Amino acid sequence: MEWLLWFTQFENTKPLALVIFFTVFCGILFYVYGSKQRGSKLESYKQIPLLDDEHVKEKQS
Amino acid sequence: MATAATSAPINEQYNYDIVRKFTIMTLVWGAIGMFVGVYIASELAFPFLNFDNPYITFGRLRPVHTGAVIFGFGGSALFATSYYVVQRTCQARLLSDGMASFTFWGWQTVIVCAALGNMMGYSQGREYAEMEWPIDLLILVVWVTYLIIFVGTLMKRKQPHIYVANWFYLAFILATALLHVFNNLSVPVELFSMKSYSLFSGAQDAMTQWWYGHNAVGFFLTAAFLGMMYYFVPKQAGRPVYSYRLSIIHFWAIIFLYMWAGSHHLHWTAIPDWTSTLAATFSIMLLLPSWGGMINGILTLSGAWDKLRTDPIMRFLIVALSFYGMSTFEGPMMSLKDVNALSHYTDWTIGHVHSGALGWVAMITFGSLYHLVPRLWNTQMFSLRLINVHFWLATIGVLLYITAMWISGIMQGLMWRAFDDYGNLQYAFVESVAAAHPFYIMRAVGGAFFLAGMILMCYNVYRTIRQGSTETQAELAPAAA
Repeated sequence: MEWLLWFTQFENTKPLALVIFFTVFCGILFYVYGSKQRGSKLESYKQIPLLDDEHVKEKQS
Repeated sequence: MATAATSAPINEQYNYDIVRKFTIMTLVWGAIGMFVGVYIASELAFPFLNFDNPYITFGRLRPVHTGAVIFGFGGSALFATSYYVVQRTCQARLLSDGMASFTFWGWQTVIVCAALGNMMGYSQGREYAEMEWPIDLLILVVWVTYLIIFVGTLMKRKQPHIYVANWFYLAFILATALLHVFNNLSVPVELFSMKSYSLFSGAQDAMTQWWYGHNAVGFFLTAAFLGMMYYFVPKQAGRPVYSYRLSIIHFWAIIFLYMWAGSHHLHWTAIPDWTSTLAATFSIMLLLPSWGGMINGILTLSGAWDKLRTDPIMRFLIVALSFYGMSTFEGPMMSLKDVNALSHYTDWTIGHVHSGALGWVAMITFGSLYHLVPRLWNTQMFSLRLINVHFWLATIGVLLYITAMWISGIMQGLMWRAFDDYGNLQYAFVESVAAAHPFYIMRAVGGAFFLAGMILMCYNVYRTIRQGSTETQAELAPAAA
């Protein structure tokens, strides 16, 4: 269990945290902008707030 | 792919009653909180207004003001809009009407008890968390109930995707719970005593307080209101948000960066120097997602800029985003140690807070509620002209306020660090107080403008409710001319 002591040193955990968070952020960037197909699927979700009016309009017509 | 709403009758499909209640209390607490704000601003300019009455001195009324506007006005607005947005974008009714009603009465009890407690002299002395431990426990119960309702509603959604506004609301609920619990860890002096002592002391206490304080701004007053922005700006503009992918990056970047920035409130104090540098670094990085979000909101109007000429509600929303952009530029700048050496402990900080609180939080709330109220009461706004007058009163009020505080704050900072030829301080402290006096009057006048607009909104909404009905869901028509 002595290896756990490695995490008690700020000199170790600060760069480790930096690497983890930076990698995660790069992963999110890649997920969002890495594929045109996925990109257009993600962009389609922006219509959600506008869709909730549709059935009200249907009721009126 | 996003799917269209189901066709069940709206009043059965959604719980609008709870949204209406919180909407009304948003206006009530807005008027009360802003009135108290103007009063204490006037006390600073004209101290006779204390009337030698301990209950209404600046020290006691100041937390009444912050509590009423942040938790009463802002909190009620967030309950109202989050309950509305989560239902509309998930096409699902709230998890439980009874639990939602409990959050309403519980939250209002918290605000009233906090205000009365502060006037009676009970205070933990923690910024934005002055409420003593019994009220803190009630907040905890209400907040956990809120979380259960929100997550439960998300889980029963008919829309496969969770719209980004709900991400911001959920982050706000989770982060606020975390902040509230750890900042308020304390031991009561006796079981039936209102007085308690914090578990933290010294520099740790200061860092805990500003970890809470800054993230109260970051998650309560920013992330949550960004959730409001991501729903109401597209709705009012009648077009989708500029870039959904940018909103995803905006969300994750802002959620990650905000948590680390609190120590910039403690530059040049006894805290470790690396925490100060870390906080300043993250504050500078925060500029990027903040401006990404602002640009995303403003560009939603791309191709429909003419709406700014004709629609005062849109004007509220876009000006709110502009103030958001300005405040989130000013904040990182003030977090730089050298700038902070001048600005800290001066009125510049007060001006910065209010450019965010009035310019961003209040303006985006006004715009969202003007969009919401006609839909909740199945009518049109009583007067579009009054909305327009409100807009200008609010805008002039904010500008007067922040200009006064900029001048006063920078002047104070310069006077406090000025030396004469012999190396002595050039000015006594009281000279800086006297020099600030005209700007304290100007600030009170600016606040009065803003309050006048708030009262006008209350009247406009009152007349709208009088002419409206809660029985049926009417057409989604724009406000009356």
